[in-house]
Amino acid sequence: MKLKLLILASALLSTLAALNSCNSDQAEEVSDKLDYNFHIRPILSDRCFKCHGPDAKKRESGLRLDTPEGAYAALKDNPKSHVIVPGKPEMSEVYLRISSKDTSEIMPPPNSNLALTENEIELIKKWIDQGAEYKPHWAFIIPEKAKLPKADKDWVRNEIDYFVFSKMKQINLEPNDEASKENLLKRVHLDLTGLPPTLKQQEDFLSDNSEKAYEKVVDQLLANKHFGEKMALPWLDLARYADSHGYQDDGLRTMWPWRDWVIHAFNSNYSYKKFVSWQLAGDLIPDKNKESMLATGFNRNHKITQEGGVIDEEYRIEYVTDRTNTFGKGILALTFECAHCHDHKYDPISQKDYYRTFAFFNQVPEKGIFGTIDASFADPPNMAISNDDVKSILNFVNKKDTGRLDVMIMQDSLNIRPTYLLERGNYDAHGAQVTFGLPPDIMKFDTTKFQKNRLGLTQWLFDDKNPITSRVFVNRIWEQIFGRGIVKTTGDFGMQGELPSHPELLDWLAVDFRGNGWDIKRLVKQMVMSATYRQSSEIRKEHLNKDPENILLARSSRTRLAAELVKDLTLYSSGLLNEEIGGPSIKPYQPDGLWEVATSGRGTLAKYVQDHGSDLYRRGMYVFIKRTVPPPSMLIFDASNRDQCEVQRLRTNTPLQALAMMNDPTVREASRVMASTLADQKNSSQEKLEMAFRKIVCRKPTDQELKVLQEYYEEETTYFNINKNKAIELLKVGETKGKPEVKTIEKASLMHCIQLIYNMEETIVKV
Amino acid sequence: MNKEFLDHRLNVNRRHFLGKAALGLGGAALGSLLIPDLFNFGEKTSESLPVGLPHFAPKAKRIIYLFQNGAPSQLESFDYKPMLNKMAGEDLPESIRNGQRLTGMTSGQTKFPLVGSYYDFKQYGKSGTYVSDLFPNIAKITDDICVVRSMHTEAINHDPALTFMQTGAQVGNRPSMGAWMSYGLGSENKNLPAFCVLLSRGRGNGQGVYSKLWTNGFLDSTHQGVTFSSGEDPILYLKDPDALDKESRRKMLDKLAQMNNLGFEENGDPEVQAKIQQYEMAYRMQTAVPELTDLSKESDATIKMYGPECLVPGSYAANVLLARKLSESGVRFVQLYHQGWDQHGNLANEMALQAEETDRASAALILDLKQRGLLDETLVIWGGEFGRTNYCQGNFTKENYGRDHHPRAYSIWMAGGGVKAGTVYGETDEFGYNIIKDPVHVNDFHATIMHLMGLNHEQLTYKHLGRRYRLTDVAGKIIPGIIT
Repeated sequence: MKLKLLILASALLSTLAALNSCNSDQAEEVSDKLDYNFHIRPILSDRCFKCHGPDAKKRESGLRLDTPEGAYAALKDNPKSHVIVPGKPEMSEVYLRISSKDTSEIMPPPNSNLALTENEIELIKKWIDQGAEYKPHWAFIIPEKAKLPKADKDWVRNEIDYFVFSKMKQINLEPNDEASKENLLKRVHLDLTGLPPTLKQQEDFLSDNSEKAYEKVVDQLLANKHFGEKMALPWLDLARYADSHGYQDDGLRTMWPWRDWVIHAFNSNYSYKKFVSWQLAGDLIPDKNKESMLATGFNRNHKITQEGGVIDEEYRIEYVTDRTNTFGKGILALTFECAHCHDHKYDPISQKDYYRTFAFFNQVPEKGIFGTIDASFADPPNMAISNDDVKSILNFVNKKDTGRLDVMIMQDSLNIRPTYLLERGNYDAHGAQVTFGLPPDIMKFDTTKFQKNRLGLTQWLFDDKNPITSRVFVNRIWEQIFGRGIVKTTGDFGMQGELPSHPELLDWLAVDFRGNGWDIKRLVKQMVMSATYRQSSEIRKEHLNKDPENILLARSSRTRLAAELVKDLTLYSSGLLNEEIGGPSIKPYQPDGLWEVATSGRGTLAKYVQDHGSDLYRRGMYVFIKRTVPPPSMLIFDASNRDQCEVQRLRTNTPLQALAMMNDPTVREASRVMASTLADQKNSSQEKLEMAFRKIVCRKPTDQELKVLQEYYEEETTYFNINKNKAIELLKVGETKGKPEVKTIEKASLMHCIQLIYNMEETIVKV
Repeated sequence: MNKEFLDHRLNVNRRHFLGKAALGLGGAALGSLLIPDLFNFGEKTSESLPVGLPHFAPKAKRIIYLFQNGAPSQLESFDYKPMLNKMAGEDLPESIRNGQRLTGMTSGQTKFPLVGSYYDFKQYGKSGTYVSDLFPNIAKITDDICVVRSMHTEAINHDPALTFMQTGAQVGNRPSMGAWMSYGLGSENKNLPAFCVLLSRGRGNGQGVYSKLWTNGFLDSTHQGVTFSSGEDPILYLKDPDALDKESRRKMLDKLAQMNNLGFEENGDPEVQAKIQQYEMAYRMQTAVPELTDLSKESDATIKMYGPECLVPGSYAANVLLARKLSESGVRFVQLYHQGWDQHGNLANEMALQAEETDRASAALILDLKQRGLLDETLVIWGGEFGRTNYCQGNFTKENYGRDHHPRAYSIWMAGGGVKAGTVYGETDEFGYNIIKDPVHVNDFHATIMHLMGLNHEQLTYKHLGRRYRLTDVAGKIIPGIIT
């Protein structure tokens, strides 16, 4: 039977507007068997599971549609009728109700503000017709390596490409040509170190015509000390790292040694297993040391209140909750927080499962409030970092003085603290006592195999049978490199998350990553060596028609740089960047009064005291994050406010970003400094402009571009010759010393041209 | 079938993508192109779409929220409880406290001596609304406002209570009210953000504010509250350097557009066109915003109405006047925060200082909107995040006392679009401790405000990580008693 219907992957839809805009002329014919995971479950989950799903308390009429047992059962109040009769839609109550025209009968009920489209109803009918076969959720099935699909042998470079090629072929897209050498170099530099290639690196790569030229660059970048910084950045969002405690009275904290460890771990290429195990249980491993203890600071990065008078237990519970949610979202990509107050409405995480997981993080000898503002920069349990430590085991900690330095760490109390299910998530509403455990639908927490503490938790996480750990991380790295996860919702692999665009590829990579010792650098190299990665990002009309979001990767995605990297690019290309790694966070230029107007007036962070000298020119990731007033130049470019675990940043394009690029003194100073450097060189203005362009945009300008710049330069020269005082004034921006009265006109004219280049769209885009 | 399935998904996705972009949802690459002006969602193009338009005829078009941060005492402002003066010094009966939890600041107290208001109350207007002597100007506008004496909340500390009032949840990174309004209704002015934030600090004991209060949460960051500061740069990085004149800026932008267009010819990315538009928008803001924030051209009558303080940049009065101007220009939601209302001690003195700084300008706003014919379409809200205890915190004297946090009952007032003027809603017991009539939960408050703005609080949702979120979470009912 051929049905004319439109398949809706409803996970892709977030508004009714989009649903309503579907019309029949875009419908296509489908003849094959429908798949529960890909076609049916997204609809049922989104429109039905809220009342007929895993949440036992909210389940209407005792009817559940998320399991075959529930769906094939007889109706409770009418045993003659069945919810679903496989093969017989007209005898299945589900179909009768969703297709009913009677408003008292129809499902979902009108007052739910949910509705099914005709096409969705047709799909469900067809699925029942075909036998209504259920399957476990894809993310909970242990991944296996699929056979490589057929692909164009001339194009593919490694396994990734086979999967990508076969998918794009299905909608008749051809891969783009390989990117120009210049663009490829910029791309891979930004992806692996977050810094653009220097002029010399560009020249070297352009002149290296050897077969291995690109791989050589990749290997150098993987070994570069800035690799760890670039990889650390998304992890700091996930771990909600900040330099202040976070609630209203937002005092200083010193967790930056933990941040230095993260950079060190990536640079040392710790396996993902070691990287995560140490952060979750570095205090419990048999050969623990000060380094593994420091890693556990991960679980102390949450906000801590310093508001006098709070109820201690309320906040202690809040911290444990934060750790549990961070573990769920960050490591498992599951929305654990939904099961905090009730059984999860979509995913098989019961409220009991939630508190069983919670129990692991509930053993810390800590207080809800240790003291009011500035009482402590590292609440207990904490660890002192001595001057000897930073000369030996913790030599990656960039301690700048010999003063006392404490950092928060994890520790379990000697006696196990009982954990209770908290009714409605309320800290004082103890329900039944629970013991350590994890959601069994992911994988059973076998207490004969795993220890009953956070170490056991990591054993469970990295067990060969765990279906999700590897997938989640592989997907996250994929997103960092390709701009969009194979599963777009990097923080939600559950029923309501998006389906993988390339499920076989995701599984192949997940198995491969685990099978190769969770080797992160190897994984990154695999991705950037692929032909998929090396394509040009040119967008053809065909792309916009067939795949505007570039889900199928028939081109490389153009993506705007993360907030921190915008700053890095500006500082690095102008020669201002201080390449120091780690250390206490720094306070660069910031518009006046931002901290002062928001503060209660208490504590050392009431006033913003700007740093000077080389500290002004550190990388964006070292800018001090005061949670209640995050750095504006970062927030404007969509950086996280580090309030909670975040695994995905938005990428917006706003006039506030334009204003920042126009008037942020950092950009203006970088332009001025580069102008001074160039003005001192003995070459033509055209050569100077070309050099500036190449340093910033990382390619040679076209003749036309150079012409525009040259014209602008000449116009500005004419203007500044008449307005020399203005030129001198403009050249005074920033604290770097300069001589505005020497070569004034040339410098000011160059400065404007350079600022124009910094403001180009392409400049802050990974092309 | 795989092919067809893929085709369909891409088709769906493409439509979704375009729909999403036109709605200004999500961070899609094309999004900003299809919205020629970032903050412009209210134009004709979006009228056929569910977001960007009210669900039904609104009673108010814009909101000005005068947030009194720190929690002003209802017992010295709008909830008159003479019995507390009579019983001053006596212990709060356990039957009244009835298990209410205590903050860490008073949990150590063995006695909870009741204390009455140091300030007298009188009735005002046709409505006979009680107002304390601390607020002589608000007292004069009682027939224009509705005092709600039965607000209650769940949080007992500032941060969660404030977060709850603003985002509908005590914790988490949820969108603020203003962000929801921006998302639901868009902006009326293409040169200004839909959601603006103004900060000021009084002389009383203060609690800070934090950017999470005006966050877009999981909504697109175009819905984030834009803070206006009192300095010469009202919006961050708005002001060009002094030595850069307007013509020079224009020239740079023209050359920049040329360069960007050359890039577009190469890469074909529509995002480049969007970028050019954003620079033009930024340029227009550079003119429009300083004109708006310049209070020097206000008439003498206006200055007199708001008080001379309104010429001091960053003062409460200046911010209230600026709020009127922003609102008048079409800003959907102007959110003020005024710190200093946290009187755990020295209440009689500090509250007088706070009232002095805010009373006149708050009342002036209502009168000013009224004389401009804007009060009918503007909703004004005055109030804090919870109430204060009827018993004394710390050492007790009749002249000097403190009050701790009290989530069970507090007072706010509302005025303007759709609000029943000259009324008092809700009632507490004679101890001023428990609500005995018409309670209004924070979720109800949000549901009602959304209703006044023409939005159904159950329908304005946003799906994030698998769940549909609302400002009112899973609760909230409209309070008909305060609506015309």
